[in-house]
Amino acid sequence: MTSRITASTGAAYARILGVGGYRPTRVVPNSEIVELIDSSDEWIQERSGIRSRRWAGPGESVVEMSVAAAGKALAHAGIEPEQVGFVLLATVSHPYQTPSAAAEVSHRLGTSNAPAMDISAACAGFCYGVSLANDMVRGGSARYVVVIGCERLSDFTDHFDRSTAFLFGDGAGAVVIGPSEEPAIGPTVWGAQGEHAKLITQRHSWVDVREHLADFPTLTMQGQSVFRWAVWQMAPVAQQALDAAGVRAEDLDAFIPHQANMRIIDAMTKALKLPEHVPVARDIAETGNTSAASIPLAMERMLATGEAPSGGLALTIGFGAGLVYAAQVLVLP
Amino acid sequence: MAASEQEILAGLAEIVNEETGIPTGDVALDKSFTDDLDIDSLSMMTIVVNAEDKFGVKIPDDEVKNLKTVGDAVAFIQRAGA
Repeated sequence: MTSRITASTGAAYARILGVGGYRPTRVVPNSEIVELIDSSDEWIQERSGIRSRRWAGPGESVVEMSVAAAGKALAHAGIEPEQVGFVLLATVSHPYQTPSAAAEVSHRLGTSNAPAMDISAACAGFCYGVSLANDMVRGGSARYVVVIGCERLSDFTDHFDRSTAFLFGDGAGAVVIGPSEEPAIGPTVWGAQGEHAKLITQRHSWVDVREHLADFPTLTMQGQSVFRWAVWQMAPVAQQALDAAGVRAEDLDAFIPHQANMRIIDAMTKALKLPEHVPVARDIAETGNTSAASIPLAMERMLATGEAPSGGLALTIGFGAGLVYAAQVLVLP
Repeated sequence: MAASEQEILAGLAEIVNEETGIPTGDVALDKSFTDDLDIDSLSMMTIVVNAEDKFGVKIPDDEVKNLKTVGDAVAFIQRAGA
């Protein structure tokens, strides 16, 4: 007779226990951006709602910012580093193909060799991470999971491209996800539409750079097509996440979409027919588009300013290069 | 029955007005969306999506850049079968 394998068992449900953010020291106003492009502060604000963004400097690498944000999230959650069972780091701007940033972050946080990996899902990376962490906690592969979104997009921005130079910012946001007695993370509605891979992309492959066929590969985006996709295809996805969680829009305490562009946020809110009393995250005005970091950074700000209550219901949706997307309803920490 | 040029123009003018506040009377066939009406690329996309809904046509992303004037858009919508 063969022996039976003992399977892992997890918690009934999972929840976000704490959130933390790290915003780089240097504030970059639009007036600095327009020194290199034919534009104006007024044009940038009208087109994106962005007044300023933060750009990372020395000592503010993807690893450093991630460690800072995750440390705050652990403190907020009241969880010690030794209790961490996994570190998930969503990023597209860690400048090493290998090793992962997450492995070093796990070490720097002082975990007991907690497993770690990076997630490449661009602006949907944080929501992908929340979904994976939820499943890990419930599946029993980890009790406490640190999920980080961190970007240093200023390194990958074409500072002479007037359509994207003003858009991107740097920063990190993190949450700790652990066991819960009540459902506190709704089903994730997610997907990938690789047929649109060229709409937001690194301009050239690293091999092209090595062969001297291309310069350093910055990001490029077909803004008009992305706008159409983000508003009219993502609003129904957000609605599906509400429906899957059994939550009505009027019962939300916050809507925290990826901070892609204020015009996308406004148009998506309108397309979703969100009731006016639901606060909408608009962290982008002073943070820019920080891809995977934007949702946890916006969440931290809404909780810190009292715009959204601890224990309240939030709808989150991330969407971006891939094209990929993910949405879920969460209980705020 | 297919919509006439005047019917499409009137419907498009309402959509432009709703998105930008530009008076419907200013939305004439010879007006350029960017140069005359000062409509930016994101508002243009909103107008395109709302026109698709209103007239039951498809306006692909690649086609939007060719719609330089209000007349271009009206003609495209008419050809597309509104």
